Amino acid sequence: MSEIVPPEVRPKPAVPAKPQGSSGGGSTLLGYVGIDTIIEQMRKKTMKTGFDFNVMVVGQSGLGKSTLVNTLFKSQVSRRSSGWSRDEKIPRTVEIKSVSHVIEEGGVKMKLTVIDTPGFGDQINNENCWEPISKYINEQYEKFLKEEVNIARKKRIPDTRVHCCLYFISPTGHSLRQLDIEFMKHLGRAVNIIPVIAKADTLTPEEKTEFKQRVRKELEVCGAEFYPQKEFDEDMEDKSDNDKIRETMPFAVVGSDKEYQVNGKRVLGRKTAWGIVEVENPNHCEFSLLRDFLIRSHLQDLKEVTHNIHYETYRAKRLNDNGGLHPISSSSDTQESNL
Amino acid sequence: MDAIMLQEKLVERLLCARGRTTRQKDKQYVGFATLPNQVHRKSVKKGFDFTLMVAGESGLGKSTLVNSLFLTDLYKDRKLLNAEERINQTVEITKHTVDIEEKGVKLKLTIVDTPGFGDAVNNNECWKPITDYIDQQFEQYFRDESGLNRKNILDNRVHCCLYFIPPFGHGLRPVDVEFMKALHEKVNIIPLVAKADCLTPNEIKKLKDRVRDEIERFGIKVYQFPECDSDEDEEFKQMDKELKECTPFAVIGSNTVVEARGQRVRGRLYPWGIVEVENQSHCDFVKLRNMLIRSHMHDLKDVTCDVHYENYRAHCIQEMTSKLAQDNRIDSPIPILPLPTPDAETERLIKMKDEELKRMQEMLEKMQQQMHEKDTC
Repeated sequence: MSEIVPPEVRPKPAVPAKPQGSSGGGSTLLGYVGIDTIIEQMRKKTMKTGFDFNVMVVGQSGLGKSTLVNTLFKSQVSRRSSGWSRDEKIPRTVEIKSVSHVIEEGGVKMKLTVIDTPGFGDQINNENCWEPISKYINEQYEKFLKEEVNIARKKRIPDTRVHCCLYFISPTGHSLRQLDIEFMKHLGRAVNIIPVIAKADTLTPEEKTEFKQRVRKELEVCGAEFYPQKEFDEDMEDKSDNDKIRETMPFAVVGSDKEYQVNGKRVLGRKTAWGIVEVENPNHCEFSLLRDFLIRSHLQDLKEVTHNIHYETYRAKRLNDNGGLHPISSSSDTQESNL
Repeated sequence: MDAIMLQEKLVERLLCARGRTTRQKDKQYVGFATLPNQVHRKSVKKGFDFTLMVAGESGLGKSTLVNSLFLTDLYKDRKLLNAEERINQTVEITKHTVDIEEKGVKLKLTIVDTPGFGDAVNNNECWKPITDYIDQQFEQYFRDESGLNRKNILDNRVHCCLYFIPPFGHGLRPVDVEFMKALHEKVNIIPLVAKADCLTPNEIKKLKDRVRDEIERFGIKVYQFPECDSDEDEEFKQMDKELKECTPFAVIGSNTVVEARGQRVRGRLYPWGIVEVENQSHCDFVKLRNMLIRSHMHDLKDVTCDVHYENYRAHCIQEMTSKLAQDNRIDSPIPILPLPTPDAETERLIKMKDEELKRMQEMLEKMQQQMHEKDTC
């Protein structure tokens, strides 16, 4: 079966950018050829086609999910801003609501989809409240799979798979709740989970460090892996970078969409009677760490891990289960097993 | 002890004043105006007791608040369980008792804690152990009250329940509503907004309004402050009004002392500022403390005795009489709970004492007769 390489995935350059005198395996170049310009060509192409990024937010109601997403992408992209009123009752079962926006920066277009899960963890009996979420994630994989095995495939398959799931932990200061552990155990293998400590302005710096340590230990003990997963580190450089990040996770964040004047600058923050919490100040909270991590350095990696690992796991399972690919729904497109 | 001496001096002076005036004034002045002082003296000698229950999810700052309220450390040796250990934990009821003395007045304070409440994945009926506990205390008191020896009844009834509402939500959650509805007719509920330092003043106001609306909408009867007497001064009435409009109180607790504005205060130190627990513009802790301890402690006990306990008692008696009527047995004039059947040893002792009593009564009668005969002779 031929490899599918969606145009967004950039292969790592196989040869170093500058011609080297004596490289290990490759032959020496006698002059400048220009192979390295392929990077530039790919960049141009991806800028034209744009990116898809789907992020899911999960957590009890009131933990600041919508505010954080708005702050992260510096625009009103969450469900709250598109007409949903805050006074809606808590739904009886977990619902899945997604909202898409196209945002542009520096010539790069991104179609950002925010998937919200109202009702998670809000009921008295929260058993299996992660099942609708699990179902949704698998449905997206299924959709992609169906498109993939089609005979007449679209040039660019619309990617609705969840690339990243931000899980909001309530800042009790003690330890994780049982619901948190159950969720991470059940979904850590299907999607990239990034745990964040919500409303972190309720923890003093000492409480924050203690809480984070406890949370990390508990996750280790119960075997729930969060992104970046240790097993997917490709080389030493990745590993050391990711180790540093893993040490500071889960990020303790504060979100805000209001601006205040601090020391002559206008900053995003929360104003209380005893001071102003600055969202982008690394001494106050770790929002900027989260933003840099999520958007500026690991956005592409999140998508790759979703595509190469989580999606492939799902696909392998599906193929094994059915002994081949049968049409699983009443789609009239002919789908033959092309194994 | 000085308070007692002061009272005694006051009483003396009143009595002496009587002596100094003429005999005529004696006829008008009786002296029972000193009754409140006498009551005061007696109760100070006896000491007070107060049972406070704290309920709410773990991690909302309940223990910290209790420590801040009573300025003691009741939870010194507490070990926090991690999530794995807590998986099969059910709601427990734990009691800590501490004796506090201030200016000669003794208070036996009991804090009833409810670890495990609301922490599980499935929290159906997680308030049942709590309602059972409260009913048990009522039953115990009912038995004691109906018993033969009523001199030293221990009052373990829960006088007040502080319910902690998380500040992270948008109002009351289903578990909050169900808990309060299950308990509002058994105990005085005072709802509090916990960890209020994560909310801006606007957010606090919105949350309080929302919670008050929902409490009314769901028909939850939280503890109502009594109306102040019409002869109280304006300042008091104003304070009372402010207090009522401030519920539910948004509180912050702290176990640590920090340096703020040149003073050492209880507070929390953040990189962006210092939250002072006792600063009225930061949170409602002072209002809660004043209300709970300094002005309404006695009223809370009264409402527990007069309303909640009486409801329980009436309900209990009704059940018993309906059962008796069903069984067609003779109604006892004083409804008492069926006493536990005594064992053989106690029965024997009772019989012995009965016989002794009879003998003594006979002797007494004989003596009386003899005396009567002597007199008539």
